[in-house]
Amino acid sequence: MTSYEMEEDLPEAPIATTPSDVNHTASWRTFRPVIDLKICTKCNVCWKFCPDDAVAFDGEGYPVIRLDYCKGCAICAEECRPKAITMVKEE
Amino acid sequence: MVELVISGNYAQSYAAKLARVQVVSAYPITPQTAIVEKIAEFVASGVLPAEYIKVESEHSALQACISASALGARTYTATSSQGLLLMHELLHWAAGARTPVVMGVVNRAVAPPWSIWTDHTDTIAQRDTGWIQFYGESNQEVLDTTLMAFRLAEHPEVRLPAMVTEDAFYLSHTVEPVDIPSQEEVDAFLPPRERSSTIQVGVGMRLGSFTGPEHYMEFRHKIARAMGRARDVFLEVEDDYARLTGRNHGGLLPTYKVEDADTVLVTMGTATTTARGVVDAMRADGHKVGLAKLRTFRPFPVQELRELATLVDRVGVLDRSFTFGAAGAAFTEVAGALYTAPQRPLLRDFVAGLGGRDITAATVREAFLDLLTRDGPESAWVELKSRTEAS
Repeated sequence: MTSYEMEEDLPEAPIATTPSDVNHTASWRTFRPVIDLKICTKCNVCWKFCPDDAVAFDGEGYPVIRLDYCKGCAICAEECRPKAITMVKEE
Repeated sequence: MVELVISGNYAQSYAAKLARVQVVSAYPITPQTAIVEKIAEFVASGVLPAEYIKVESEHSALQACISASALGARTYTATSSQGLLLMHELLHWAAGARTPVVMGVVNRAVAPPWSIWTDHTDTIAQRDTGWIQFYGESNQEVLDTTLMAFRLAEHPEVRLPAMVTEDAFYLSHTVEPVDIPSQEEVDAFLPPRERSSTIQVGVGMRLGSFTGPEHYMEFRHKIARAMGRARDVFLEVEDDYARLTGRNHGGLLPTYKVEDADTVLVTMGTATTTARGVVDAMRADGHKVGLAKLRTFRPFPVQELRELATLVDRVGVLDRSFTFGAAGAAFTEVAGALYTAPQRPLLRDFVAGLGGRDITAATVREAFLDLLTRDGPESAWVELKSRTEAS
């Protein structure tokens, strides 16, 4: 991370040299999605509907929630056809 | 150099071609203008080897230009009235990202009621976006100023977007003889844009990154400083242009017969031409009147206005827009510039020509006579058709 003191130290235009996923954006989550892989059919609907980029896949093609970015909006749980996703309250 | 008889719209198109713009993006439907239509012809016929990106809205058109400009391309777009309003969010992005996009704007009244005729509300409403704003008086001035706008916007000390506006119909659809400089002349004046340092090809970067309260203010101050420098850089740019073409349109606040004047009217756009004739006629009647034209609205010619204020007793502002709840926008700016001046003339506001109503010689004369004989803080709506409010 570069640190800037004064106006003159800043670049002319506001640019970042790191991708935005260095910023973890899930600290305010109240409920987390938990996927029951016995029920999941790997249909990818959770990935498709996630308004962030918080659904990734494991080596077998099962969805994995990226908890550094998931805000717990529950859209994946709502859209999941076989109802494999349960929202569980964070401790 | 050749002379063509062309509209203000085509004056913009020819300027973009001569500037060798590399990326043009536009939304082709109302309120679009013949500016981008002509550029599309230039691109289709191969005389302008530019990337022409057709998009689904003005919002996207400006975004395409911002992205291309951040990568170092010379970019251009054009729009008008409601289309400019739809761009509003991206106007802030263009300035904040320091992308020197140049845009032609045909000044048209804002709906409702629906209108296709001129006034300045559309661009005045964008004054706080960080764009440089030029208001054109003739097709020649529009062409010349557009070429100057590229040089100014891309100048390393400035790097801000610029819009060059023209009054609907009076310029956009009216043909006039226009000197078109040769490509060699323009190439000498406006070399290819230097590679932008904003975003580099092959390097992972994000434009417009999230910034907390510890730095945001300093980024805004950088824009303020750049706009401050734009003033002097523009005067240099215009001097260079004049050396090449013999044409100098008079800087930020061109004046007419102010040297011995006691009363001056401040105008914008095409109303200035009419007002110049009125000045001559009124001088023949013994009135010591003159004119000052707000050629730029951003940067605002504060210094020039303060110098003018030392010469005259009365200044009227002829506004082709109105800020509801306050006064004409140009009036509030002129008043703001002069309130802290050592010498303060009496100030009056005249609102005229909204929605394309003609500003005739009689309109300007009425404003001048009112200015010469009356005081008063209220904005006078000249030639208003009202039973309850005399203009």
